[in-house]
Amino acid sequence: MSWVNLLGLIFVLGTIWGIKLMNSPMTAVRGNLLGSVSMAGAIILTLLAEGIISLPLLWAAMAIGALFGYYLAVKVAMIQMPQMVALLNGFGGGSSAIVSLLALLGLLGDISTADRLTSGLGLVIGSITLSGSLIAAAKLHGKMNQRPIIFKGQSTWNNLALLATGILFISLLVIPSGRISQAALWILVLSLAYGILFTIRVGGADMPITISLLNSFSGIAASISGLAVRNPLLVAIGAIVGASGLILTRLMCKAMNRSLSQVLTGKTVLISKKPDPGVSLSEERRFSQRKPEADTENQDDFLSHIRNAESIIVIPGYGMALAQAQHEVKKFADILEGMNKEVKFAIHPVAGRMPGHMNVLLAEADVPYDKLFEMNDINDEFKETDLVIVVGANDVINPAANTAEGTPIYGMPILRAYEAKHVVIFNLDTKPGYAGVDNPLYSMDNTTLVLGDAATTISKAIDGISTGKDLV
Amino acid sequence: MSLPILLALFVVSSVIGYKVISDVPSLLHTPLMSGTNALSGVTVLGALTVAALAKATGHKLLGAVAIILAMINVVGGFLVTHRMLKMFKKGTDDGRRENVMG
Repeated sequence: MSWVNLLGLIFVLGTIWGIKLMNSPMTAVRGNLLGSVSMAGAIILTLLAEGIISLPLLWAAMAIGALFGYYLAVKVAMIQMPQMVALLNGFGGGSSAIVSLLALLGLLGDISTADRLTSGLGLVIGSITLSGSLIAAAKLHGKMNQRPIIFKGQSTWNNLALLATGILFISLLVIPSGRISQAALWILVLSLAYGILFTIRVGGADMPITISLLNSFSGIAASISGLAVRNPLLVAIGAIVGASGLILTRLMCKAMNRSLSQVLTGKTVLISKKPDPGVSLSEERRFSQRKPEADTENQDDFLSHIRNAESIIVIPGYGMALAQAQHEVKKFADILEGMNKEVKFAIHPVAGRMPGHMNVLLAEADVPYDKLFEMNDINDEFKETDLVIVVGANDVINPAANTAEGTPIYGMPILRAYEAKHVVIFNLDTKPGYAGVDNPLYSMDNTTLVLGDAATTISKAIDGISTGKDLV
Repeated sequence: MSLPILLALFVVSSVIGYKVISDVPSLLHTPLMSGTNALSGVTVLGALTVAALAKATGHKLLGAVAIILAMINVVGGFLVTHRMLKMFKKGTDDGRRENVMG
């Protein structure tokens, strides 16, 4: 084994070990550092092995990219993490697409059929990752409407784009080399179009699945472009990322009761199953008018529930993130703990806009991670819990998921908040959640609704609790 | 390296990756995702190779763009992961918080 391969192997192992260290918050920082050092090593190794370390163009480009990356990483707020990951993902995919494209154009000398196959695949997956991720990022960042964009015959267009890409791809394998660049260009355009078509129909709450899938794509694209340029490091590390994204995609699918094949065929959108998606928004408004409104008299009622509770579970949802209420929630939890109550947090796998999003937001607010519990670890505790405090969550606690057959959330595993002795819900309104299914929990006797901006309503609750305590 | 060996490497790495990542708790899934996302910027290795080999100016430029994009992915990804991971703290018994990661 040459020294290049040996060092390469070490960097791959370093990367794997780094990910392994990610399995505990105690070691995860080190794991990430190990990963970045391995990457730096892999870059230097490639520059040395290819004898291209002295080219100024490469260093200039790397410096520019590093500066941009640094700027983005320092600026981004934790709530924007989903769009940040989507954006970076798109850049990675774009880079893989360009590498594959240049390989196809014959930069590395004459290319065999196998090379055409790998480069072509890299181009397709890289381009889909690029355009798909950019659309996802734009949606998450509010630059595009978060609602699914659906037009007539969309599935047909999707399939046509895919079919045309497939035909061009096969032709790529057999056409004379003089015409490769033309075919490659068309493949590029069609794949970009497919990436757009595939993501515009995805709405807010489906983003965790989509981002995970695109994350997987970016790894696979990197790995395949590694096959194209014959770089074993690129192949190995890309494959690891691809596997990682697939695992997360599967977990997210399971948490939303969707199969991977449904996702892959573009059926990620719940709302698209409705006969006329155009009415969904007005329908939501109608629902909201029908719903019971919370009155202010509830205030004393729920404060007494909070005072009397000994065990409390907090369920945060994306609404908490939108209201930026995580700091208030943390303050509230501290006060309750100060009153000798047991406070735990229950996190649903798809709460937020990407896997684990809630955990990061709560960690940012200084909630210790040993108070955060996964759904399966805490679900049995609800029936012995005095009080559940819901902050901006809806679908993930909707008992209709167990009973309402035919609705989009039917069969989705939920946090069993309804089993607790009392439930206080801090939500903006009583509109159905993203899935558009009414939540029977809202009208249960042991539920108190506190409507309004969660940051405000929780501050008020904090005041109420504190003043109440003074009176005693 | 020949294509069959590389393909074998692809399969082996996927399997190992799958094993290792399955152990990561959902608590850390966001940093895991941004961390592996940074790793997908490994495509910078390919970008460096093609940019160096490019003769035509257009190709050189495309190669440089590929390097820039991949480096944004790498540096941005690792840094933001670091930022996130440093926020994860464990509660201690006396109710005071300390930063385990130091």
